[in-house]
This record gives sequence, structure tokens and C-alpha cells, in this order.
Amino acid sequence: MFRRSEQDERPQVQIFVDGVAVAARQGDTVSAALLASGQDARRSTAVSGAPRLPYCMMGVCFDCLVTIDGVGNRQGCLVPVAEGMQIEIQKGKREIGK
Amino acid sequence: MSVAPKRDDYDVVVIGAGPAGLAAAATSAEAGLSTLLLDENIGPGGQVFRAISSTPVTDRNQLGADYWVGADLVQSLRASNAEVIQRATVWSLDRNLDIAVSIGGASAFVKAKRVILATGALERPFPIPGWTLPGVMTAGAAQTMLKSSALVPDGRTVIAGQGPLLWLLAAQILRLGGRIDRILDTTERGNYFAALPHAFAFLTSPYFAKGLSMMREVKAKVQVVSGVTELAASGDGQLASVSYVAGGKRETIPADLLLLHQGVVPNVNLAMAAGIEHRWDDLQLCWSPVLDASGNSSVAGIAIAGDGAGIGGANAAVVRGRIAARAAVEALAPAAAANLPAMATLRSDLAKAERGRLFLDTLFRPAPQFRIPSGDTIVCRCEEVTAKDVLDSVAIGATGPNQLKAYRRTGMGPCQGRLCGLTVTELMAQARGKTPQDIGYYRLRAPVKPIMLAELAAVPKSEADVKAVVRG
Repeated sequence: MFRRSEQDERPQVQIFVDGVAVAARQGDTVSAALLASGQDARRSTAVSGAPRLPYCMMGVCFDCLVTIDGVGNRQGCLVPVAEGMQIEIQKGKREIGK
Repeated sequence: MSVAPKRDDYDVVVIGAGPAGLAAAATSAEAGLSTLLLDENIGPGGQVFRAISSTPVTDRNQLGADYWVGADLVQSLRASNAEVIQRATVWSLDRNLDIAVSIGGASAFVKAKRVILATGALERPFPIPGWTLPGVMTAGAAQTMLKSSALVPDGRTVIAGQGPLLWLLAAQILRLGGRIDRILDTTERGNYFAALPHAFAFLTSPYFAKGLSMMREVKAKVQVVSGVTELAASGDGQLASVSYVAGGKRETIPADLLLLHQGVVPNVNLAMAAGIEHRWDDLQLCWSPVLDASGNSSVAGIAIAGDGAGIGGANAAVVRGRIAARAAVEALAPAAAANLPAMATLRSDLAKAERGRLFLDTLFRPAPQFRIPSGDTIVCRCEEVTAKDVLDSVAIGATGPNQLKAYRRTGMGPCQGRLCGLTVTELMAQARGKTPQDIGYYRLRAPVKPIMLAELAAVPKSEADVKAVVRG
């Protein structure tokens, strides 16, 4: 859906998406890294379980909700990636304890 | 990494580090006022100057000169004594100018003598069939990824809608080597005639030459279909095709990515939650705050600058930021105001920056069928409520957006009405034969962004606070 422009010379940052290593770039938001990864990053909604991907990328739509380092319902478009970050694609509601 | 505000009290707290907020905070701090700038994003710039300090797109021609203006604004801010906190989400502002802000999972509380809200704009909802499918995004979302991560559309890409941002985005995608298969222009034909009386001001504004050259640049490379009157996205769990009607003819094209845009509207949540009076703007088709010439709102001490004050674009936002800051300086440290540009000069700058706006607003006023959906089309993305659900609720007695919450939970999901509010107002107004002003909007309250209960519970409390809620 998206690819990186060749001019992007930012250093790589390794994150894990559902346990799989993904190469992101320093300064990417979690959502941008997921959309660039080519992986299936679709979450499912709490109401009907419908699949969704980020819609606005600016913090207003909440379709980028994702579990980051064990904490659910984070807005992936507002959080920068960090080395070793563990991302889980959130299916449905946030779970208790996450 | 996250740092709480250094003080409990400030002369001026500016919320939002886009064009208006950057200009306001720098002006206020330069005049010697203690100034705090709170911004939700990773870096300053807001949406229009997104990632201005960190973008990997270093060829200046690709994002254009209008973008790099932001670098000067950030430099002025950095040269000032303003305290700046990024990744700071303001979740409450009240009439006492008490501000609650979430930073790194903990809340801090500050009090201001003056608040300048510069929370900007967001893209108008574009509720077409299939707009919740993965692969459908806003044009602004694609532009955010382009600016901050040099990401460009790769698969079969369709851009649909209208307005200056759409053409700017298309030009930027092409300059970065991205793919666009087709542009579907939804501008209503009648709008061209309606906008004609305002054409002179537009023709003599800087928007005209820039807009024309950008449209030429894009049209040379991409098939543009104008006069699109219907639009729908479809696919099974993922966008597969876009169908549209133009000139009475329906066409369906395969697509991996659909980027939607029909203008921007003020981001009203924090302002409305603070109790600031808003009125329906029938030209811009959105809620705009009631403000005086210096940006002062109906709540004493709170001013609004930038697109949150009514859509005016980045140049106008910068000037409005300076005007609001100057007004704050005049009120708190009149002697220091003498060193700032005179109010008359700023007002004339603003008039210049707003030149041509009326033409753009009239030309790009979105058509009713793209604002007021019907049938199974989702209105509220969070609670997955359709247009038919809303109309059914009206039929059994829901009178306005607030009552509708009790029927359908519209606006009660995490986005708090940001993606459905305007649609619900217009849909209910139409169904009930009333004006949007009469129908009203959701009653917005703090917290204006969701925060963890644990974060609230961890807030320091006095014995009196505990006594107020604990029995026995």
C-alpha cells in the first residue's frame, strides 16, 4: 500500500509485530511503520469485529488502536517506534491487564 | 523522556504547535511572558508543517516553499524562552483556566492567566459507502506519512474529493515517485458559478498562481475525472474497488488505496468542552467559535487562533497566532506590547492572508450527498452506527445529537464525535426540517481524549478531595 522513498536515510529501528521482526525507521510512528511493513496490520473493532486500518494518522479517528509493549488501546499514530518495541495487533476490545 | 511542566502557573499556555501555536508562543515568550506550549505530536509543526524538524524528505522542492516556512517559525520559537512539551495531550480546560495534560502516562495540572487554543483543524468526515474499509484513508493521512516518513502510495491508488490540499498532496506524491491511478474530482459544477463573484480577490491572491501550476503538474501525469456525483468503496475486509458516477455514467475501478478529502473543519473538542460558544457556519459547513477581532472567545481569558477559529489556512493561522499573543501581552504586560508589531499591522496582514478564502470556500463547498449519507453507510465509525440507524432513531423521537447518544451511542466512542459529529448534526437537521444551528452538537466534556482510569486515580489528592467522594 505504501513504500519508502529512496531518499529516506534515517537509521533503522527493529520492532516486533506479533513477534515478527520488522524494520522501521527512526522517527516513524507505530502506525506508519505498520503500514510500511507490508504485513497484515488490520485490527478488529470492539463493536462488530470489523477489520480496520488507520484512517486519519493525526490522532483523531482512533482506528490505529494497537497494543504497544503490553498496553492496549494506544493510538499508534501518536507513538514513535523504539528499538525492540513489541507491537500486538489488537483484536476487539482492550483486554483486562493490557 | 517525558518531562512535566516546570511550573504550576504560567502567564500564557498555548495548546497546539501548528502555525498559530508556534507563532503565538514565540510572540508571547519574546515579550517576556512565562509561556508554555503543549503539543500532542512527536515534534512541532501541527499538520501543515508536520515533521518540519525531522522530515526525511530533504529535497526542498518536493514539499514546496510553503512547507519550509514552518522551519523559520520553529526557529523563532526555539530562540524564545517558551517552554515546549511535545507528546503532551491536553484533556481538560475549564473556565478557571485550569489545564490538565497527560504526558508519558501521567497527568499534570497547570493554571494559566491566558490560554491560546491553537488546536487547528481536522479533515471533514467523508461518509461514503465503504469508508471504514482498510485501504481507505484521508488525503491528510497520506500526506502525514509522506512528510514524516517519506512514505508514498505504492499499489493502485485513487484520490477522491476536492479542495486545495487534494492537489497539493497529489503533486507531492508524484514528486516523490509515488503512484496515483486516478483522481476523482467531486467539486459540484454549480459551485463554479457561485464562486464567480469572489473570483477577483482569488485571482489577485497568491493561491491562484500556485493552485493553477499544481493542478497543471498533476493533470499532466494523472487521469482526472471531474464532476463526480457518487462515490463508493467496496471490498471484503479490504478495499478492492472504487465505483463512481460522473456525467451520469457509472464506472468501477480496482484499487488498493483510496484517499479521501473534502476540506478541513475546526477541531472543536477542547474549545467546546471549555464552554466556548460556537455557531454554525453555513458557508464552511461546520461549527466555528464566536470570537472578537483579537480571537477572544466567550470564556474570559481563552483566545482561539488558527484554523480552530474558522478555516483560514496556514498563513492566516500564523497571523491569528500573533494577534492572540499580542492581545495577551497587552492584557498582562502592556509595556512589553510596544516592542511587538502594531495590532493595525497584524490586522492588515490577516486581511491579506485571508484574501481569496471566500472563493475557495464557495468553490469547494462539499456537495450534500458527500456530507449527508443514507442507508447502510456508516456515520459513526467508532460505534458503527449507520445513517438508517440515525434516521430510525429520529423517527421514534431522538431530537438532536445529544439525545441520539442515548439511542445509539453515536459520538460516545473513543473519537468523541470528531469523525461523526458534523454528519450527525446535518443528517438530523435534514430529517427534522431544522437548521444545524437549531439541532446543535454533542455536549462535549473533559476528558476530551481518553485517558486511563489509573492515570486519574494516581493524581495527587488532598484530604478534602477524598472526603468529598468517600462516605462515612
